Amino acid sequence: MRKPLAGSSIRGGAVAKRAKSEAQAESMLEVRDLAKYFDVSKPWLARMIERAPRQILKAVDGLAFDIKKGQTFSLVGESGCGKSTVAKLVVGLHKPSRGAIRFEGRDVADVRSRADSAALRRRWQMIFQDPYASLNPRWRVRDIIAEPIRVFGLIKSRGEQDEKVAALLRQVGLSPVDGEKYPHEFSGGQRQRISIARALSSNPEFLVCDEPTSALDVSVQAQILNLMKDLQNEFGLTYLFISHNLAVVYHLSDKIGVMYLGRLCEVAGSKELFARPQHPYTRLLLETIPDLEMTGREREPVAGEVPNPINPPSGCAFHPRCPFANDRCRSEIPLPTERAGHTVACHAAEEGRLPDAKFPAPKRPSAS
Amino acid sequence: MALLEVEDLRVEFPTRRGALLALDGVSLEINEGEVLGVVGESGAGKSLTGAAIIGLLEPPGRVTGGKIRLEGHRIDTLSYEEMRNIRGKKIGAIFQDPLTSLNPLYTIGRQLIETIRVHMDVSPEAARARAIELLGEVGIPAPERRIDSYPHEFSGGMRQRVVISLALCANPRLIIADEPTTALDVSIQAQIIALLKKLCREHKTAVMLITHDMGVIAETADRVAVMYAGRVAEIGPVKRVVKQPKHPYTVGLMGAIPMVGHDVERLTQIEGAMPRLNEIPPGCSFNPRCPKVFDKCRMERPELMPAGRNAEAACWQFDKGGRRG
Ligand SMILES: Nc1ncnc2c1ncn2[C@@H]1O[C@H](COP(=O)(O)OP(=O)(O)OP(=O)(O)O)[C@@H](O)[C@H]1O
Ligand SMILES: Nc1ncnc2c1ncn2[C@@H]1O[C@H](COP(=O)(O)OP(=O)(O)OP(=O)(O)O)[C@@H](O)[C@H]1O
Ligand code: SF4
Ligand code: SF4
Ligand SMILES: [Mg+2]
Ligand SMILES: [Mg+2]
Repeated sequence: MRKPLAGSSIRGGAVAKRAKSEAQAESMLEVRDLAKYFDVSKPWLARMIERAPRQILKAVDGLAFDIKKGQTFSLVGESGCGKSTVAKLVVGLHKPSRGAIRFEGRDVADVRSRADSAALRRRWQMIFQDPYASLNPRWRVRDIIAEPIRVFGLIKSRGEQDEKVAALLRQVGLSPVDGEKYPHEFSGGQRQRISIARALSSNPEFLVCDEPTSALDVSVQAQILNLMKDLQNEFGLTYLFISHNLAVVYHLSDKIGVMYLGRLCEVAGSKELFARPQHPYTRLLLETIPDLEMTGREREPVAGEVPNPINPPSGCAFHPRCPFANDRCRSEIPLPTERAGHTVACHAAEEGRLPDAKFPAPKRPSAS
Repeated sequence: MALLEVEDLRVEFPTRRGALLALDGVSLEINEGEVLGVVGESGAGKSLTGAAIIGLLEPPGRVTGGKIRLEGHRIDTLSYEEMRNIRGKKIGAIFQDPLTSLNPLYTIGRQLIETIRVHMDVSPEAARARAIELLGEVGIPAPERRIDSYPHEFSGGMRQRVVISLALCANPRLIIADEPTTALDVSIQAQIIALLKKLCREHKTAVMLITHDMGVIAETADRVAVMYAGRVAEIGPVKRVVKQPKHPYTVGLMGAIPMVGHDVERLTQIEGAMPRLNEIPPGCSFNPRCPKVFDKCRMERPELMPAGRNAEAACWQFDKGGRRG
């Protein structure tokens, strides 16, 4: 266990440096063929009477990605594509239907003993979208923040614990006296700071953040995103970040995975993905980004809607909305393949019959 | 003359500890066929402004000052009956959640036909034909078949299309759209915005587009009003406000928005939070958070004033008499 802290620094010992080079960085998390199916059938009796079959919803189906230490990997995609389900699988709130999750090379399913699993769980934490629902309204803020410390028995004496909570509150831009208050006395952005302080209290190395700023105003979102970057630079934290906001994801990520109906369409470095999107769905998503600089980009009208996940289209689930779909797309599920630094699951990309992306190279802010 | 003129609008909520002033002197104009965006963070007073204009303030909230004129005539002094006649016919409304505007028990067709017949003297058959035409116009595929569906048989994006067709039934002069795309997926959002833009251009309908999403405003609106703590902080053409914001709050807001292709390590941070209604500081309400604050800001409240070409901002920096370097 790490030494308790002194002063305003949360962690003792050497400060980890953010790993910049992809090649030399070690993996924090490896996900292989991950799947989660939900049984959404009607109750047994109703099924018998209506002669309805069992219904399985494949929320996540065959996902694979790696997250390097000290980096931010983001998942983007529209509502219902399975982002939150991945987050819950990774932190152990859901049991996978199939596949493996490896933390520092070790399969988490193999971690059986209670001591081992507690030691592992201490090292990752999760931050949720709604900072109010995830904070117990009847507890004082200091007790909320100290909960992981108590659960994992990290600090024994009350005095040390108080010191640590005060340091955490300062770290997230609040004041130690705020520890005496209750969650309802804070604004949305302050509550999200409290949940970040709570998540940090067990000295985790890996944070899973599910839409942590989606409920916040942009000015407050900027405060939280800056805080997340500062914490990463200072402590070398690794993030799995989930959002439907492409600009936020561009700002924060080293690498991005685009999801559609439970599968990954494309995985690439953040700059690379926006500069040279490959998968037709990635291109569609990039088309929807509002053009704040109003450079007069012609927008393709984007047709269609996300289909029902209980009855997804055959073959490539994107085929009803895809301008490049052919017979193979309608019958065969495309598997992810490597192509020029992108992992893309698309027949047209694999066959080399995709036209070059129309999306312009990243825009520079106007000089004026 | 502008289509809609709002002058010094005040809205209060009486409480046991005195009245809460939720809108404190909101002034704005919307011209014929123009899209005015209204942005601001949660609680800035955007929805209240829209609700006050269409006469749908929820009690105990009430208008306690100012004037609202539509085509030159006061509408804030009308009776409930007179106002109901204006709603739908002259001013249409679209809200965030399409389900609040649709009755789940009636088919889409019945709701459209009834609304059409309230405002226009036509036969049921003609109203049905008009309803099908409207559904087609908002992009519902096979409208002659879908007209007999119930709201729950439509997806969220489709329902919002139906709400738009309802708002357009009587060809109103103005549509108040309060966060019309916030509840929708990004790809659907883009479709709805494009649709709203196209229809309003074709029908020469003016729109007051309320949203907290500056991206939506940048793509849709002609002019934008930025609201802060129950007042308009800045108003002007969208392009100018986005590229050369004048009010320090707008400057901070624009820097806080992450943009694709804009590589910054940190976003601009406005310290603190917007004050609650009972904690609004004297003078300029932005003064505790403002990097440009000076003495006068803490004493006197700035009204909207010219702040250069095409710009009006409620900020003492632009005061001709006491302008600071
Ligand atoms: N416990 C559950 N039981 C049944 N179905 C579920 C369950 N949890 C999620 N689903 C379904 O799995 C799919 C993926 O859901 P998930 O919450 O992961 O999506 P998401 O990408 O996080 O969406 P959003 O952006 O709306 O948060 C959805 O169709 C959802 O309805
Ligand atoms: N019934 C009410 N009683 C007391 N205060 C109210 C009431 N309704 C609204 N308010 C207050 O009036 C202010 C403006 O509210 P309004 O709904 O116009 O904000 P908004 O800008 O639309 O915010 P959002 O983006 O969250 O929709 C807020 O501070 C709100 O708390
Ligand atoms: S596999 Fe076919 S349908 Fe799917 S995205 Fe590629 S081209 Fe389109
Ligand atoms: S009036 Fe003063 S405090 Fe208010 S925005 Fe202008 S400079 Fe800042
Ligand atoms: Mg989710
Ligand atoms: Mg509102």
